[in-house]
Amino acid sequence: MRELAVELSGAEIVVRALKDEGVEYVFGYPGGAVLHLYDAIFQQQDVRHILVRHEQGATHAADGYARATGRPGVVLVTSGPGATNAVTGIATAYMDSIPMVVITGQVPSAVIGSDAFQEVDTVGITRPCVKHNFLVKRSEDIAEVVKKAFYVATTGRPGPVVIDIPKDITDPAVKIPYVYPDKVKMRSYKPVTEGHPGQIKRALEILLKAKRPVIYSGGGVVLGEASKELTTLVQETGIPITQTLMGLGSFPASDDHFIGMLGMHGSYESNMAMHETDVLLAIGARFDDRVTGKIANFCPHATIIHIDIDPASISKNVRVDVPIVGCVKTVLKELLKGLKASKKKISKDSLKDWWKQIDGWRDMKCMTYVHSDQVIKPQFAVETLHKVTDGDLYLTSDVGQHQMWAAQYYKFNKPRRWINSGGLGTMGFGLPAAMGVQLAHPDKTVGVISGEASILMCIQELATCMQYQLPLKIILLNNGYMGMVRQWQEFFYDSRYSHSYVDALPDFVKLAESFGHVGMQVENPADLEGAMQEAFAMQDRLVFMNVIVDPAENVYPMIEAGKGHHEMHLPPHLRAERELA
Amino acid sequence: MRHIISILLENESGALSRVAGLFSARGYNIESLSVAPTEDPTLSRMTLVTTGNEAIVEQIKKQLNKLVDVIKLMDLTEGSHIEREMMLIKVTAKKSHREEFKRLADIFRANIIDVTSSSYVVELTGRSRKLDAFIAAVGFDHVIEVVRSGPTGISRGDKGLTL
Repeated sequence: MRELAVELSGAEIVVRALKDEGVEYVFGYPGGAVLHLYDAIFQQQDVRHILVRHEQGATHAADGYARATGRPGVVLVTSGPGATNAVTGIATAYMDSIPMVVITGQVPSAVIGSDAFQEVDTVGITRPCVKHNFLVKRSEDIAEVVKKAFYVATTGRPGPVVIDIPKDITDPAVKIPYVYPDKVKMRSYKPVTEGHPGQIKRALEILLKAKRPVIYSGGGVVLGEASKELTTLVQETGIPITQTLMGLGSFPASDDHFIGMLGMHGSYESNMAMHETDVLLAIGARFDDRVTGKIANFCPHATIIHIDIDPASISKNVRVDVPIVGCVKTVLKELLKGLKASKKKISKDSLKDWWKQIDGWRDMKCMTYVHSDQVIKPQFAVETLHKVTDGDLYLTSDVGQHQMWAAQYYKFNKPRRWINSGGLGTMGFGLPAAMGVQLAHPDKTVGVISGEASILMCIQELATCMQYQLPLKIILLNNGYMGMVRQWQEFFYDSRYSHSYVDALPDFVKLAESFGHVGMQVENPADLEGAMQEAFAMQDRLVFMNVIVDPAENVYPMIEAGKGHHEMHLPPHLRAERELA
Repeated sequence: MRHIISILLENESGALSRVAGLFSARGYNIESLSVAPTEDPTLSRMTLVTTGNEAIVEQIKKQLNKLVDVIKLMDLTEGSHIEREMMLIKVTAKKSHREEFKRLADIFRANIIDVTSSSYVVELTGRSRKLDAFIAAVGFDHVIEVVRSGPTGISRGDKGLTL
């Protein structure tokens, strides 16, 4: 029996629908067009609002929450600048397929199109970077639109959905009956979940015949909650696995089958394995240019099997031989069933020669670096962080060299632990994203790895962290440069460091302290471990560690844009060995 | 190669711009586009002419299918189909040419639908190439104005692109 419909205003309906959708947190910032909504938020306790200091922070925080939990992140911002400030965060979520619902206020219906104060065509501006968006035209439509928005955001290939609501639609004086729909009916949106059995069978036959197979898995395994199935597949077959930046953690990095991240800053062994493989099994990955390098040289000997929920991802950049459209978890389960039933088996033993070749590449030890007792090497800083935290952090990151070092040296063993902006590469992501992670997991330790350039892009969120007592641990690898820009300028522009030196930096210790947090400065390699232990022991405080690192260090291995996997640059101390190899 | 893609989509504000935006954002060619509601006012039918190699057209279709407002689509060029475009063309029709243009209109099975002492408006329907041929036959010097609808199309046989 359904209870009698309550009478609510549009504003109350929005908030009530969020509650009925199971939303815990809304990340937002008030303004004129959303005043009715904020008044409705004020009068209830179920949905908790987190006040950020910039709308970009709201979207990244919601995004971090979604990445850490798998549940959609929710944002509420005002019209005009509120919406445009949110766009970077929406695009970030879109590129990494993160489920998010963003509610934007809009000027009253009657003045739409008249260049009213704080009016912007939000639906138009966000269209290319959302999975879908809605402009609500009647209060009666709110409940259904909210339901659809959550459904679209979280099903199929997830993504952000924007709901633009004109102010008059939320008028507190107009009350209408509220019923939250149980089901969504959308004739135009029906994501496929089950893989085609014939295709799965074909994939299986090809895999069973493979001599040099490689599994290449991406963020889809994290989003599709298929970590367990992937791990079983690798462990039962003994097939080597490499992962994209977005996939890290969905297979334990400590497992011997893991041959490292692939692509531009991937390991020597993974990229060489990609170059030599005869059967590539791509799972929830999208053949991004940072992964493939030059398409013409990509996996030149391989038959390619691709499992993905998004048909448009298949054969977009690289032609695929066996496409399987479906939810990765469901398809992997079917594949495992097929393997079990098959008379022929794949095992690490049957792949002995292939593993021998891979171990040969491994012996290159491409991730070694030259230690120093004078200056902190950034790689050493990440390794120390791993040691001090037992590799058990939720770690968010900004974008650049520190992001790559974290991906390479912080060995993630669990999914949803490594949270970074992979597709869009959004500097400023790390700190606000970590707020969302910490709110989602109040009992876990959340770290932020950042650079002195990235962190300044959303530094204002330190105030949010204070207001909500979020005890993040920020590890700033401070090299005084936009390191990745500097690295490219060193390699490709004859060391003309055009505007990549970050002059006039603040005193980060004092800066952290001025926001009410703990600031620490570390310059000596010998002090680093102790300092980190001290920082992580302060469980109820945000600690901002300004770690001064070697400004000259580069990220290796590196494949130049437009080169093939076999054309890697190794770190300088290994180059001679490669000549010999 | 030229492809005619027929799309059934929600008749909602913004649906057209989602399609048009997709083409510009991803750098696909769009030669023409025509759209109007169907017998069911909640549905629009769009005919879109594009060019590209097989891989690109495959991507175009997948990306279009991904749009939440798109219900179904069909590549008419993959099967037997009928293609029609309408043109309204205004030509100078001075004494010396009036008879000739009238005959030309008859040959092309066109209708003259507006007449002044110095001009005709001719209405003509057919495949795009037929319309091109009519313009060429009239001669560019005599053309005042050309308005074309862009091709629309439908598949042959008893099957249709319906819900």
